[in-house]
Amino acid sequence: MPEVDPVVTLDNVTVMYGRQAALRDVTTAFPAGAVGLLGPNGAGKSSMIKCLLGLVAPSRGRMQVLGLDVARSALQIRARVGYMPETDSHIPGMNAVSFVAYCGELAGLPRVDAMQRAHEVLFYVGLGEARYRNVETYSTGMKQRIKLAQALVHDPDLVFLDEPTNGMDPRGRDEMLELVRDLAHAKNVNVIVSSHLLPDVEYTCSHVVVMDKGQIATEGPIAGLKQPRGRVFELRFKIPAGAGMSAGAGLSADAGLSASAGRSAVAGITFDAFLEQLRVAGLECHATDDDVMRVFVPDDPDNPGNTVNSGARDIFRIAAAARVQIRHLRPSVPTLEDVFARAIGEE
Amino acid sequence: MPIHDQGYRHYDGERSALGRRWIVIVRAGVRTMFGKKPFMGLLLLAWVPFLGRAGQIYFSTSVPQAATLLRVSPTTFLDFLGQQNLWVFFITVYVGSGLIANDRRANALQIYLSKPLMRSEYIFGKLAVLMVFLLLVTGVPGLLLLLLQILFTGNLTFFRDNSHLLPAIALFSFVQALTFSSTMLALSSLSKSSRYVAILYAAVIFLTQAIYAVLRQVTGGTDFAWVSLSADMTQLGSAIFRVPPQYTTPWPLSLAVIAGLIVLSGVVLERRVRGVEIVT
Repeated sequence: MPEVDPVVTLDNVTVMYGRQAALRDVTTAFPAGAVGLLGPNGAGKSSMIKCLLGLVAPSRGRMQVLGLDVARSALQIRARVGYMPETDSHIPGMNAVSFVAYCGELAGLPRVDAMQRAHEVLFYVGLGEARYRNVETYSTGMKQRIKLAQALVHDPDLVFLDEPTNGMDPRGRDEMLELVRDLAHAKNVNVIVSSHLLPDVEYTCSHVVVMDKGQIATEGPIAGLKQPRGRVFELRFKIPAGAGMSAGAGLSADAGLSASAGRSAVAGITFDAFLEQLRVAGLECHATDDDVMRVFVPDDPDNPGNTVNSGARDIFRIAAAARVQIRHLRPSVPTLEDVFARAIGEE
Repeated sequence: MPIHDQGYRHYDGERSALGRRWIVIVRAGVRTMFGKKPFMGLLLLAWVPFLGRAGQIYFSTSVPQAATLLRVSPTTFLDFLGQQNLWVFFITVYVGSGLIANDRRANALQIYLSKPLMRSEYIFGKLAVLMVFLLLVTGVPGLLLLLLQILFTGNLTFFRDNSHLLPAIALFSFVQALTFSSTMLALSSLSKSSRYVAILYAAVIFLTQAIYAVLRQVTGGTDFAWVSLSADMTQLGSAIFRVPPQYTTPWPLSLAVIAGLIVLSGVVLERRVRGVEIVT
């Protein structure tokens, strides 16, 4: 497959608000398609977008959007991108169709074309029936949609969506996510979705950039990030009756087991031996809140990609040697939440 | 298959050149104001003095007995523009107070400035909206009066004898419109409430006038007329129309005050009109 140029690149970008650093030496690239910009509140996501639009000047570093330098070609960039702001924004005293057409004209469309596009885009975002209502009378969900419409009216090559589902009810949220997904996947519009809602990003995007405290915490294709260097198994087991017992609580804690997992496992000498053998085999054990143990099996360098089979075989072999019954074993699918938590240093 | 697909379509039509988007702001602003009936009423009222002056010109040229009493001179045109100050005030408040304040209230600045539009274009567009209406009640009727004078007399004698009148009317009404528009626009950028801006503007106009009135009582002269914005405008008008000044304040000082006010307004606008509100 040919290498596609990134739509956005940042090179050692630092943004200061007074003495407060919003972005610290950020270097990253956003590939074409749908990219999620994830991070907790205050991570610097909105600042990055405003920087890329040329609304905030960085104190250091270089940025490119669609191959154009932000410092020198901010207007040309803004003519080719759309921006859906996080906060409620509209031009006062206008109905929806006038507002969107006005935004189209501001973006350079002739008046007649802007009006035609406004009608089309309003139908696309689901506001066709309400397009002659004053925007100030709109509900929160409708305001989100009209912000998307004004960002799309001039047919941008790239759209920045800042928290697109903010304040929307579940149905509206689903519809908004469908729109974003459709834009990116069916309409070939590059989309950067800034959000702190992981499911939104996971549903709409294929690539993610995770930010924390003004820095890039991690980045890459979501599928790749969710795939650790090895495989995680969820495991439930039972010590057969008659096996020796010992002070299992302390051992359980050492092994990373929760109290409930320890109880169901009936801690004992056999259990000790089992954990020890898992460790010796290079497997990491962690407890979860759901009465199961997670066992991490690192990739076999001699046989990469075959971790599922070899890992499961190893666990069964060790359990048999320790006389432990495996009651449940299945490969665990890491979530984007796991990736996010790991990236920003949360357990 | 639907006759017309209402889904998203790509646009491959023409786009206007960069740097001309302020025209869109002016057009939308003017259209919006013309759609308001109370404003149309105000605009019509502002043209009543024009009718009075047109009558004066007609009778002075057509009725020989009235020629002495209603004599038309360069001062007539300056007086007319001075008369219009009341309407200039009302229109400035009505049109100008919400120009930026309403955009700030609705967070519209980030919408505007995320488009291919420079901050200067946004400011210029908003300024032009107000200036259009102010010129519509000062410069336009002023120049029309001059035209009526020529038409009613049937010769160019008056126009030739007062050849400075045409540029004087144009220049003075432009300076008037620019000064009041930029002041109002700067005040409008300071608040999210158009009512508060209107009060602030009235305070600036009347307070400077009141301070000057007190100083005149204390000093017994008009040396401090430069304190009042209205007096500065009158003084500058006298200089432009080449008529005797009303105050002892030198007109260059009045010009400096007006220029300083325009520069100050520009500085305020430069600081306040931003796509991002930065709180540190």
